[in-house]
Amino acid sequence: MTDTIRPFDMQPGTDVAWCPGCGNHMLRKAVREALEELGIDRKNLVMVSGIGQAAKAPQYLDVNMFNGLHGRALPAAMGIRLSNTKLVVIVESGDGDLFGEGGNHFIHALRRNYDVTIIVHDNMVYGLTKGQASPTSQKCMKTPVQVDGVILEPFNPLAVAIAFDTPFVARAFAGDVAHTRAMIVEAVRFRGCSIVDVFQPCVVFNKLNTWQWFRENTCPLPEGHDPSNREAAMRLATEEGKMPLGVFYRNEKRRLYEDLAGIGESPLFERQPPDDDAFRRMLEAWR
Amino acid sequence: MRRDSNDLSLVFEGEAGQGIQTVTAALLPVLRKIGFHVFSSTEYMSRIRGGSNTTQIRITGDKREAYVGRIDMLFALSRHALEHLERRLTADTVVFAEKGQFGDRACANCIDTPLKEMAEKAGGMLFANTVAAGVVLGVLGVPPDNFIAYLKEQFAAKGDETVSKNIVAAKLGYDFGVQCPAAGRFVLPEPGVQDPDSLLMDGNSALGIGAVAAGCNFICSYPMSPGTGLLTFLAARSKEFGIVVDQAEDEIAAINAGLGASYAGAKSLVTTSGGGFSLMQEGMSLAGMIETPVVVHLGQRPGPATGLPTRTEQGDLNLALHAGHGDFARAIFAPGNLEETIEAIQRAFDVAQRYQIPVVVLTDQYLLDAVSTIAVSRVRRIPVSSGIVPTVDGYRRYELTPDGISPRGVPGYGEGIVRVDSDEHDESGLITESFEMRRLMVEKRLARREGIRREAMPPTLIGDPDSAETLVVAWGSTRGVLEEALDILETTRIAGVHFAQPYPVNPSATDLFGDRRIAVLENNATGQFADLLTLQTGKTVTHRILKATGEPFSVEEVVEALRELDHD
Repeated sequence: MTDTIRPFDMQPGTDVAWCPGCGNHMLRKAVREALEELGIDRKNLVMVSGIGQAAKAPQYLDVNMFNGLHGRALPAAMGIRLSNTKLVVIVESGDGDLFGEGGNHFIHALRRNYDVTIIVHDNMVYGLTKGQASPTSQKCMKTPVQVDGVILEPFNPLAVAIAFDTPFVARAFAGDVAHTRAMIVEAVRFRGCSIVDVFQPCVVFNKLNTWQWFRENTCPLPEGHDPSNREAAMRLATEEGKMPLGVFYRNEKRRLYEDLAGIGESPLFERQPPDDDAFRRMLEAWR
Repeated sequence: MRRDSNDLSLVFEGEAGQGIQTVTAALLPVLRKIGFHVFSSTEYMSRIRGGSNTTQIRITGDKREAYVGRIDMLFALSRHALEHLERRLTADTVVFAEKGQFGDRACANCIDTPLKEMAEKAGGMLFANTVAAGVVLGVLGVPPDNFIAYLKEQFAAKGDETVSKNIVAAKLGYDFGVQCPAAGRFVLPEPGVQDPDSLLMDGNSALGIGAVAAGCNFICSYPMSPGTGLLTFLAARSKEFGIVVDQAEDEIAAINAGLGASYAGAKSLVTTSGGGFSLMQEGMSLAGMIETPVVVHLGQRPGPATGLPTRTEQGDLNLALHAGHGDFARAIFAPGNLEETIEAIQRAFDVAQRYQIPVVVLTDQYLLDAVSTIAVSRVRRIPVSSGIVPTVDGYRRYELTPDGISPRGVPGYGEGIVRVDSDEHDESGLITESFEMRRLMVEKRLARREGIRREAMPPTLIGDPDSAETLVVAWGSTRGVLEEALDILETTRIAGVHFAQPYPVNPSATDLFGDRRIAVLENNATGQFADLLTLQTGKTVTHRILKATGEPFSVEEVVEALRELDHD
């Protein structure tokens, strides 16, 4: 490995399938820098994703990767985490994948609270299927399907996460790489289910929520916001107007699913089938 | 009239919640201890309380593992018993019921049985089941000693008072039984010497025992009858054997969690029924694509859709065979008795791990709930490979090899990076759209089919196929009924063949059939295995013996069908 290649850099010659100018590039930079800052041994890191342009993100880092089915990143991530609690598990996927196709898994991941970091590429549109509304699309946005404009209120992932007492809830904008990186570092360090909803423009299919739009419509969280205050966090997540960025909510007290379930320390691949004595003892119950 | 002393059919009927299970759970071990062969099967309605459910206990001279329609002795607790069981009652059936239990309905051979009165006398309605078991033993003339010993052991933890009240209840029932008009009418088979090494269990326990033996250490599932039993079995033993158990939010989550766990090195299991398995289809396809082992237990019940949720059928073979889009290798097991069940699920794990594929174990409600005996020596463990190797720097998860199988690394074990991708991928697991790589990967994923076929469980022969003109083929839970029907017919013109692995079938099957006439016996409406057998062997199936009412085949029905076949 030469000095110019950094530990999580993608393999040389990798063809990146993202459009020029896409927010994914900036987010990838933030994730890579965050991983470097965290100093994680990449052998013990698994990145999990579903399907979509965002879900290709783990392809573009040199890491263990489970690129599964559309909407199903979270169940796979849980399986990985429960199978080996020595692994750091990060889910990176889009808003359609995590909140649309995978909505049920999203709420149950928040309920369980196993140790996982969920990085959402939230561009408020379906890119790979060419511009239909996503669960987070803003009202009135016209698309080839929503021809008169989106008629539904957008899904509010932060409010849902806070409602489920998700112990780490943050939002970032990919245009600010340093802040996004800081959010990701904090989220990965946090033991428990952490979500970082990252705004990032789709420059091809979302003409409404552009780089410029995100700059104008986001702001830092109010100074002095206490992330342990759940009510304040919920208020900030649901308020009309500019959308704040930063750590909305932190709850250090929630216990991990892994601990509550008592799954034990040793990775499952090291566990041996019961020896013959233990097995034969079990059979006595049917004698 | 006295019944055939070699074969007695006792049926216990009651509403859900009336506790017939408690009666049969007490009688089975007691009867077995005396040395009788026992077999029991259960049918129940989809409700929590009420209805009319039954459990049949057969007491036989030879070991039998099948359901018979005929009822010799009916112990009825609900008022619905007669309408529910009408078709199965004969002129000789003796019915035990409370006086007036059936209202105006005439009951030919009813014996007024004051169960409630006896239970109250013993201490309350709680003891009605013990009274009932006592009555049965009295009528059969089985000394109550073993039953009393059983009660002492069973209720020891609840204190002396509970034990003594149960004993009073048992004796009241017993005394009623020996004095009632039906006493002595049933001649029991000569009790043999109980195999001191034998175990009494249901199919679900056999499945769980096999999973534990295989070293299964991860199960994620959503409850659905009749697949739930395996989840509860492993949950009950999770601490003892270090098994991670998660109740999924839905079946899609279950199989994806199973695959995630397996990617990280777990021996993963998922259990479900037809509806849940339908939801897992994309996950099956993912397993095929990412070459990640998973074992799925599919406990069948009649579909389509919700169908008859608590009944039995073998209607999901096609589903298991075709589940998931695209071409990929798989194996399907369908055990037919306790021994095969314990073995098949171990093999399922071994084949899944070594060939890095999804494997389905097909059972059904009848098989899972049926109780039979198995000698401890027949509870075999087979070596189950984990197939996991430490990775080296530069490791490629999908390295091309002659047999298509790449060494399986897991993240965090060794120096390499492990990538799996549901997109078409290159050897390192990264996404590709290269047609040439696609061709190589398709070949890689399918090359293993030959090995899987070669290793398939060979079919079991029932009778002497050499002299037979007709071979009757069964798979899964129809093994016992075919064995017994052939035994009864005593013809050399028909023999049986049972497949515990319907896909792929062992290559020896083709020669076995030769030019013989082939009939397939299966518990579904269209003959799914008959079609699959033709597909795999090129042999024509001339007769299909089918049933899809939601009940298992009875011995009588199969005897009748084989007689017709013989005269055809």
